[in-house]
Amino acid sequence: MTSVCIYFQVHQPLRLRKYSVFDIGKNHNYFDSERNRFYLERIVRKCYLPANRKILELIEKTNGYFKVSFSITGILLEQLEEHFPEVIESFQKLVDTGCVELFNETYYHSLAYLISEKEFIEQVKLHAKKIKEVFGVRANIFRNTEAMFSNDVAKLAEKMGYKGIIAEGLDHILEWRSPNFLYLPKGSNIPVFLRNYRLSDDIAFRFSCREWDGFPLTADKFSAWLGSSHGDVINLFMDYETFGEHQWKETGIFNFLHHLPFEVMKYEHLEFKTPSEILREKRPVGVYDVPYLSSWADVHRDLSAWLENGMQNHAFKELKALEEKVKSQGNEVLDAWRKLQISDHFYFMCTKWFADGDVHKYFNPYENPYEAFINYMNVLTDLKHRLGASV
Amino acid sequence: MRVLMFGWEFPPFSSGGLGTHCYELTKALSGKGVNITFVMPNTGNDIKHNFIRILKASKKKIVQIAAKLAPYITSLETRVLPEKGDSKAVYGMDFFQQVERYTKLAVEAVREEECDVIHCHDWMTFLAGIRASREKNKPLIVTLHSTEFDRTGGLSPNPSVTYIEWLGLTRADKVITVSNYMKNQIMERYGIDGEKIKVIYNGINANNCSGEKINFGTNEKIVLFLGRLTVQKGPDYFIHAAKKVLEKEKNVRFVVVGDGYMLPQLINQSIELGIGNKIHFTGYAESVDEFYRMADVYVMPSVSEPFGIVALEALARETPVIISKQSGVSEVISHCLKVDFWDVNELANKIIGALKYAPLRTEMVKNGKKEIGFLSWERVAEETMDEYLKLINQ
Repeated sequence: MTSVCIYFQVHQPLRLRKYSVFDIGKNHNYFDSERNRFYLERIVRKCYLPANRKILELIEKTNGYFKVSFSITGILLEQLEEHFPEVIESFQKLVDTGCVELFNETYYHSLAYLISEKEFIEQVKLHAKKIKEVFGVRANIFRNTEAMFSNDVAKLAEKMGYKGIIAEGLDHILEWRSPNFLYLPKGSNIPVFLRNYRLSDDIAFRFSCREWDGFPLTADKFSAWLGSSHGDVINLFMDYETFGEHQWKETGIFNFLHHLPFEVMKYEHLEFKTPSEILREKRPVGVYDVPYLSSWADVHRDLSAWLENGMQNHAFKELKALEEKVKSQGNEVLDAWRKLQISDHFYFMCTKWFADGDVHKYFNPYENPYEAFINYMNVLTDLKHRLGASV
Repeated sequence: MRVLMFGWEFPPFSSGGLGTHCYELTKALSGKGVNITFVMPNTGNDIKHNFIRILKASKKKIVQIAAKLAPYITSLETRVLPEKGDSKAVYGMDFFQQVERYTKLAVEAVREEECDVIHCHDWMTFLAGIRASREKNKPLIVTLHSTEFDRTGGLSPNPSVTYIEWLGLTRADKVITVSNYMKNQIMERYGIDGEKIKVIYNGINANNCSGEKINFGTNEKIVLFLGRLTVQKGPDYFIHAAKKVLEKEKNVRFVVVGDGYMLPQLINQSIELGIGNKIHFTGYAESVDEFYRMADVYVMPSVSEPFGIVALEALARETPVIISKQSGVSEVISHCLKVDFWDVNELANKIIGALKYAPLRTEMVKNGKKEIGFLSWERVAEETMDEYLKLINQ
């Protein structure tokens, strides 16, 4: 049997408000609540609610044959609790079906792994606590922000008690091997689930692309591709916003989703599974050795979307240097500091726009990366002043 | 191909983007085998009679006409011309007489010239172009580098000038503008059909410039303004922003390069704001290269800028730029900071950001220089020649 493992990443960042150098020392309100709420409302209406409804319907109609997983960031859960509790309820309903698995990640969808091991562990624990509170479950699977992965990340996840981990299926690491199997990261004993980027991106990026050979993508065509793929597990990992936002409703993406389980069902050797189920049934077939950090972003599949140019590195270095001081202070400043770790802030400072960078403009409040940098540094300077004032 | 071109500035007698444009365009065109006769006013102090000069090693002819045309005359300027021989003459009136004189002499001077197409630059040459086109029955193409609305910052444009602009744009077989910003403006203001307008962005030959920085002599950061001191260029916003910057950062100096009727007012303004000791007014500068290389950031706060070649020149010298969104150049460069000209607080915010963070400047310059590499004058000449060919073959 070949498992089809679908996992959706669910995240919306907190965007900074326009924060001028003249606000420093006068105003500690860093986030644009109006704009964040505006984007969130849109994504709730276009994606979260209709997609959750559709998935629940499919689970019920197929008597639990259809299964998916989610990783929902803490920073999004906070925003939903405040403005759209009905979305939380609809996720709870999905989890209650027993066909939906939840993962853990850093609470703030952050680059905490690059700050310090201590900070990283604290944020993952915060997320685990939040998921337990809201959904009553403890996660088995860990995914790092933007699928940032290396042998060391896997070791750390194992140390924290996770049973499996998510990563990108990188061609240069896999070489001749298929991503459609479980592997063991070098030096640890928890299997890694590798994203099949071709099949995943057929849906996430190419679904509505008219220049693409596969257009139009229908559920029966896609299921035939799944049916002819070899291996133990086909991992289809993508942003949840694919449904209704990256691919608008008008492209037929919900229709595609609606028919997918029934088309997959026609292939007797295919079945939907969640990662924890797969771990019970399948064994790793080899070693996946990633000595350096990789990710699932852009074509480079590295950290260059967040930490490449001088501005990103400068801002991150300044942020990182505050850890000790911040942690000797109250929770308010700690929370603000952590919110400044949200990876999207650094994404907005990315200058490699012209090829694969289009997605960087998505819900981007800034005219360009230079403006994003100045705004971020102004906020960070205020935070520093607050630390200095009470130290 | 033979082109009869009417202009009003040509380096070294040049005070803005128009002169640069004509010089670089004709140079690149003649490199492509185009024969150009360039007709321009006599800019020397001694008014000579019509003469023709043939540039060495070039297919380009320059015809100078005995009419004293100073560019960038705005309706706000009604002062007496300071030049010898014309004292007491009220500027505005005299000026239109000069345009009329230029038109008459220019048309006469080119009566025997053979050409395939006639190309005019800005309103002062429009009447000459229209007449020559009618006499020779050849297509007319006009390039608009700025409109009366830009030059006056939207304040009381001179109706005689706007009339000539309208006439030229209407009579022309093809109109070239230097940006979409300007294209939209003339569609709106003059009702010109968008189909008739071709946008050809100005260029820069970035490889000929040195990016090597020059030390100003103090350890202060330098913020540069460079342009005519007229309402169009927004120098007053620059002064106000300087005041704001200095409230936060002491170690900064501001340099204003250029001349114009606003100079006395700007000096007074900076004294009244108490920042006179932090702002330098250099007046008109023959060579501006060193100013760019001295500056840590160049600011172009124009109220209405059809293009803004200066921003490209600054980038070519590896000086990061902050430009107003009300400019054509903001359509072609993205690796810069952009502000609304009226938003002085935001301008100050961005100046401080640019001065404070070296990595920001480095990134802007590195990527900006790459970006302007695509904006060569060669491209301008190619696109212009395409328009000539289309008209000739029609």
